[in-house]
Amino acid sequence: MTPNATHTNATDQGYRATGAFTDDPNAAEYSAYGGDWSDIADEAARLAQQRIVVNMGPQHPSTHGVLRVMLEIEGEIITEARAGIGYLHTGIEKNMEYRTWTQGVTFCTRMDYVQSMFQEVAYCLGVEKLLGITDDVPERANVLRVLMMELTRIGSHMVAIGTGGNEMGSTTTMTTAFIAREDTFRIIEMITGLRTNNGYIRPGGVAQDSPEGAVQYIRELIPQIHSRLDELADLQLENPIFKLRLKGIAHLDLAGCMALGVTGPILRSTGLPYDLRKSEPYCGYETYDFQVPTSTDADAYSRVVLRLEECYESLKIVAQCADRLEQLEGQPVMVADKKIAWPAQLALGPDGQGNSLEHIRHIMGESMEALIHHFKLVTEGFTVPPGQVYTAIESPKGVLGVHLVSDGGTKPWRAHFRDPGFNHLQALSILCEGGQVADVVVAIATLDFVLGGVDR
Amino acid sequence: MTDAQDLTAAAAVAEPAGREPLTLINVRQGSFGARGDTSGYDGLVRVIEMPGATERPYGEWFDGVVDVLEELLGDAAAEAIEQVVVDRGELTLYIAREHLLDVARHLRDDQDLRFEICLGVSGVHYPADVGRELHATYPMQSITHNRRLRVEVAVDETDPHIPSITSVYPMNNWHERETWDFFGIIFDGHPSLARIEMPDDWVGHPQRKDYPLGGIPVEYKGAEIPSPDERRQYR
Amino acid sequence: MGLEENAPPFMLGTVEDFLGYMRAGSLWPATFGLACCAIEMMSTGTPRFDIARIGMEVFRGSPRQADLMIVAGRVSNKMAPIVRQVYDQMPEPKWVLAMGVCASSGGMFNNYAIVPGVDHVVPVDIYLPGCPPRPEMLLNALLELHKQIRDTPLGKNRREMAAAAEAAALAATPTIDMKGLLR
Repeated sequence: MTPNATHTNATDQGYRATGAFTDDPNAAEYSAYGGDWSDIADEAARLAQQRIVVNMGPQHPSTHGVLRVMLEIEGEIITEARAGIGYLHTGIEKNMEYRTWTQGVTFCTRMDYVQSMFQEVAYCLGVEKLLGITDDVPERANVLRVLMMELTRIGSHMVAIGTGGNEMGSTTTMTTAFIAREDTFRIIEMITGLRTNNGYIRPGGVAQDSPEGAVQYIRELIPQIHSRLDELADLQLENPIFKLRLKGIAHLDLAGCMALGVTGPILRSTGLPYDLRKSEPYCGYETYDFQVPTSTDADAYSRVVLRLEECYESLKIVAQCADRLEQLEGQPVMVADKKIAWPAQLALGPDGQGNSLEHIRHIMGESMEALIHHFKLVTEGFTVPPGQVYTAIESPKGVLGVHLVSDGGTKPWRAHFRDPGFNHLQALSILCEGGQVADVVVAIATLDFVLGGVDR
Repeated sequence: MTDAQDLTAAAAVAEPAGREPLTLINVRQGSFGARGDTSGYDGLVRVIEMPGATERPYGEWFDGVVDVLEELLGDAAAEAIEQVVVDRGELTLYIAREHLLDVARHLRDDQDLRFEICLGVSGVHYPADVGRELHATYPMQSITHNRRLRVEVAVDETDPHIPSITSVYPMNNWHERETWDFFGIIFDGHPSLARIEMPDDWVGHPQRKDYPLGGIPVEYKGAEIPSPDERRQYR
Repeated sequence: MGLEENAPPFMLGTVEDFLGYMRAGSLWPATFGLACCAIEMMSTGTPRFDIARIGMEVFRGSPRQADLMIVAGRVSNKMAPIVRQVYDQMPEPKWVLAMGVCASSGGMFNNYAIVPGVDHVVPVDIYLPGCPPRPEMLLNALLELHKQIRDTPLGKNRREMAAAAEAAALAATPTIDMKGLLR
């Protein structure tokens, strides 16, 4: 060994950010203090024990949240990729055990914050199954649920495509995609009051009816969203750099998807047209006219095309929802059973949004029962007969499952969410190993997981 | 917990033989979540149990699936399948842990069963169900036949070992790690059972019922609201 | 830092104005989006809300090139040391904006996993409540921060202000003892 390079034992160093890779006492380590680089390099090459571990740490502009990816690279090729998660673990599932069934909606909505409505719907479908009122949910409520879900689906795909483009250097992709998303937010905000993390979908229906002029507004905005999707497609799909970076990258065939439990657009890009909206319809999806886009290329490019096509299909569903909302004008949006239906009716008053004066007049002046129902439902919540259920819906990212256990009380005994991103992130290693470092970013973007859902 | 056993014996309603519920979820004492009041509801003891075993015919497609599974398991069927529960349109199979791998293999491989996807492991902790506190539920989805069932395994807190099914369903790798992290169920045969959500040096299994929520009191001007698990609340 | 320490007293005011104006001119935020608030922060960078009009659309990936750390989202116990490390890697002068209720106080999550407020880990200059705060609210908070930066005393004035603030904090009533305010 030259005097300029020393061989140190891995454990000689003081502060360690991570163990595992270099705790192996037999691993060679080289510290170079100057001298001729070619001598040191020859040294290392001769012993051929060069292990470079690159940490794409939790704080990274391209990791879709706080994800840590530990890459062992050899030159530009990745020999091993491991994902470290848990940096956004919020204990939402345990927290839900201390909140009533209705309050649980506000917690689960913040798991995968890009597709908040889907968590709400999955959870509420589970609660309704436990209560046995799945068929009693009024049709208008189901139409509103489908409307919210499809708008959120467009939003989620826009985030996926937009941030994916941004991470590869194309900021215009992100601005275009997010502007399309803003249009969906305009509709969502008009109906629910919030842009995101809305606690809109409650067990039994939805929190409040759509205001006047909503249908008109939706019809106005649909062509606008359509044109922005066209803009995005024009910007990306024939772009030579885009194609070079995405075609043939992050390939995962059907066998791989089945082994790793990968569902959603990634599974559909392998050729299997599996969509829970078609195979196990919920919320009235069987009555809507839409297609399920599929592809056979199973690479990152085909998944982007697939997601864009799904956005167009969602717009078709949104148009059908608007028509149905018009027909079902005046129908209730909550289940008829007053011991479950969320009692409050909100309205915009001089000091902001709160209980409408009509509702207050009704419960204070007209009906004692309504007052008792309101009081008991808001403070104690309704009780759910004991048992367990599993509900699964098709979220933009894949199959979102909810396991609910009730002990007969007003709060869940256990609520567990099977987030599609959790399984997809497992597949990251298989997509990255053998590829190049820059393709890790593409692989992460194409898997489209959100760390809030992964970590919960 | 002997308290729970005494109360169970006192308050349990006799069910027809063979249909006793296998899982005691909770023993609820008092009413409205309050104890020690003078309303008289304080002495109320209710035993909450999962719906008990269903009698044949189960209905829908459930009979076919259970028949095929029993045939494949052969002599071990009676021992392996502890109970079959059909509730709210869902089929739950309670499987003894020694036979879990075989059951998983049959569920995946047999052409009449073909449950290709295991939708993860959901752990549940029932502290009142002495001897079977920790449950691991595996929802299985069949794409070919478009149906779903649940496999549930129960183990004792003092011996929380369940064979890992990652050799049959590799997708369960991280799910089993998560269940180990949150409940302390040790999956034998898992390639790398380590904590995944909590920091590596965390002590305890957070989603168990005896683990506190860990919140801090919220300070207001002149008052303090305790953490959610210590407040007075309706249960 | 030399200029404000060595400026003669009559010039300190001018130096403060000049430096404050320059520093507030284009703060560069570090990408520190954690959860839902990060999506709203990204939306603020998009044309509808356009953070570029105040010069802040360049979210730096490396904290060494950033002035402002917008902690957007819930900070879990596992993430806390990394927040501190990123904050330490930022060069002075630096500011921290706690965006959203989770970063300000732990938010709706009062449990084992979340640090109840990022001010347990880093010193915070502006707290922005909301769950998540609308992009307009974020812009408002940033403009408040700009005002704060422009009015920052420097050098001797800063030391005096710090001493006064500390004395006031030591003499103040603790929140839990502030009783009788509703009368």
